[in-house]
Amino acid sequence: MDLFLENISHSYGETEVLQDISLSIPSGKILCIVGPSGCGKSTLLRLIGGLERPTSGQVIQLGSPPKDTINPLTYVFQDFALLPWRSVEKNISLVLEDHDIDRASRAEIITGVLARTKLTDFRKALPRQLSGGMKQRVALARALAVNPAVMLMDEPLSALDSQTRELLMDDLVSLWTRQPFTAVYVTHNLNEAVRLGHSIVVLSRRPGCIREIITIDKPLEEREVWDGELDQKQKYLWNLMREEAMAADQELLNV
Amino acid sequence: MSERMPVKFRGGGFAPTSKRGIGILVFVALIGFLEYGTRVGFISNLTMPRPSDVFSTFIDLWSSGLLWQHLAPSLMRLLVGASLGISAGIGIGVLVGLFSFIRAGLVPLVSALFPIPKIALLPLFVIWFGIDETSKYALIAFGTFTPTVVSTYGAVDNVDRSLIRMGQSFNLSWLSIVTKIVLPGAMPGILSGLRISLAIGIILLVAAEMLGAEYGIGAYILEAGSLYDLERLFTGVAILSVMGVTISAVVGLIEKRLLNWRV
Repeated sequence: MDLFLENISHSYGETEVLQDISLSIPSGKILCIVGPSGCGKSTLLRLIGGLERPTSGQVIQLGSPPKDTINPLTYVFQDFALLPWRSVEKNISLVLEDHDIDRASRAEIITGVLARTKLTDFRKALPRQLSGGMKQRVALARALAVNPAVMLMDEPLSALDSQTRELLMDDLVSLWTRQPFTAVYVTHNLNEAVRLGHSIVVLSRRPGCIREIITIDKPLEEREVWDGELDQKQKYLWNLMREEAMAADQELLNV
Repeated sequence: MSERMPVKFRGGGFAPTSKRGIGILVFVALIGFLEYGTRVGFISNLTMPRPSDVFSTFIDLWSSGLLWQHLAPSLMRLLVGASLGISAGIGIGVLVGLFSFIRAGLVPLVSALFPIPKIALLPLFVIWFGIDETSKYALIAFGTFTPTVVSTYGAVDNVDRSLIRMGQSFNLSWLSIVTKIVLPGAMPGILSGLRISLAIGIILLVAAEMLGAEYGIGAYILEAGSLYDLERLFTGVAILSVMGVTISAVVGLIEKRLLNWRV
C-alpha cells in the first residue's frame, strides 16, 4: 500500500502552516521529514493519518492494506501515550480488544511483539515503573501489534536521552531489517534522519513547503554511528536548514 | 582570604509525607485538655461538657439500644440519598464533559443550583415528596448531586487529550474510548469530589432529620439541643464526626485500590 499526498495545504485560522505539499510515500521504506521548529512537520503527520483534516488537498491511499493489518495507519507518539492504569500487556491488548480477535490469538500477538521489542520480562509492569526508553518500546510494541501498513512516527525519540536514543535507533534498524515496514518518521534531529531514512524530506520554515528530497542508498544495517558518508549528508542537511532554523528561532509567536 | 564554608542547604520541604499517629495525638491532646480544664474548673460545665461525661452518655446510649435505633435510619437515609445523588451526578457530569451541547445547556443550570442552601428547600421537598423518608432522600440526593457534577466534569476535562488522540488513532470505538480512557482517567478527580459530596451529605442528613424525624442522629441532637443537654448534644456531634472520618477512610481505601497506578 502506497500513500500519496496531493497538494496539501493547511492553515490554522490566518496562519498558513503547510503550503502545497505533494509527496509519495513508497511502501517498505522509511521516509524522514525534517525541518526547523514550527514548520508544520507534526501537523503534516497528523494529516497523513487522518487525525486532522487538511484545509485543501488530500491524502490518497493506493491499493488496500495487507489482509492481516488491524490498523493500517498507526502512530507512535513523542510522549508515548500509554495508559498509566494499564500494565504493559494490557496497554497492547487495548488496541486489539475492539477487533474480532479471540483471547488466544490476542495473547499470541502480545507475546510476539513483546519478544520483538525485548520486553518479555516487563509484561506485568505499569508504565510508571519503566524508564523513558522502555515506555517508547512499549509504544512501539503496541504499534507493531496491529501490523500497520504505514507507521507514522512523531519524533519518537525526542523525549529520550541521547544514549537511550542510540539504543532505540539500533532496535528500530534491526526491526526493519528483519521485517521491512513502511514508516513516515518526523524528527528535528538530523542524525536520526540520516541513520534511519531511506529518503529525507526537508521542509522550509512556516509556511512549510518541500525544499528538497535527498535519498541515502546505503542500507540501514550498514550505517554506523560515526560514518563519514552520513556525516557528509548530515552536514549538507544542516547547511540547507541553518538559515531557516535561525530565522524560525527569532520569530515572534502570535498565538 | 580563602575561608572554608559549607554551602547552606536551602532545598527541601513542600513535599508532604505521611506521619502516622499525629492525627490521633491531636485528638487525644485536645480531649485531654478539655477533661483537665473541666475537672480543675477553669472551664465551667456550662461552656463545655466534660469529655468523660459525654463518653458515659454514649455508653448509656449504646447499652440502652437507643444508639442503633437512631443510627440505623440515619445511615439508611445517607446511603440511599447519597447513592442516588452521586450516581446521577457522575452520569450527568460525564455527559457534560463529553458533549458540548449538554455542557452549554447544563453548566449554567448547575451553577445556579449549586449555591442554593438546600436546607432552605426542605419545606418544598416536604410538599413534593411528603413528610416521610422520601423527602429526606431527595434532600440528600439533591445536595450531593451538584458538587458531584462539578467535580466529575472537571475531572473529565482534565483527562490527557493525547491519550484520547491515541485511542482514535488506533480506531477504538467511541464507547471504548469513554470506558477505557476517559472514565479511568477521570477517576482521581471523581473520587476526590466524592469526599466533598459525602461530607455535604452528612450535613444535609442532620438538617433533614431536624425536621420531622422521630429517630435519627439529627433528631437526637435537636432534642438534646432544645433541652440544653450538652452531654447528649456532644455525643450526637461526636457520632457525626466519627461518621465523617469513617467515610473519608473508606474513600481513601477505594482510592488506594483503584488508583494504585499513580505515582
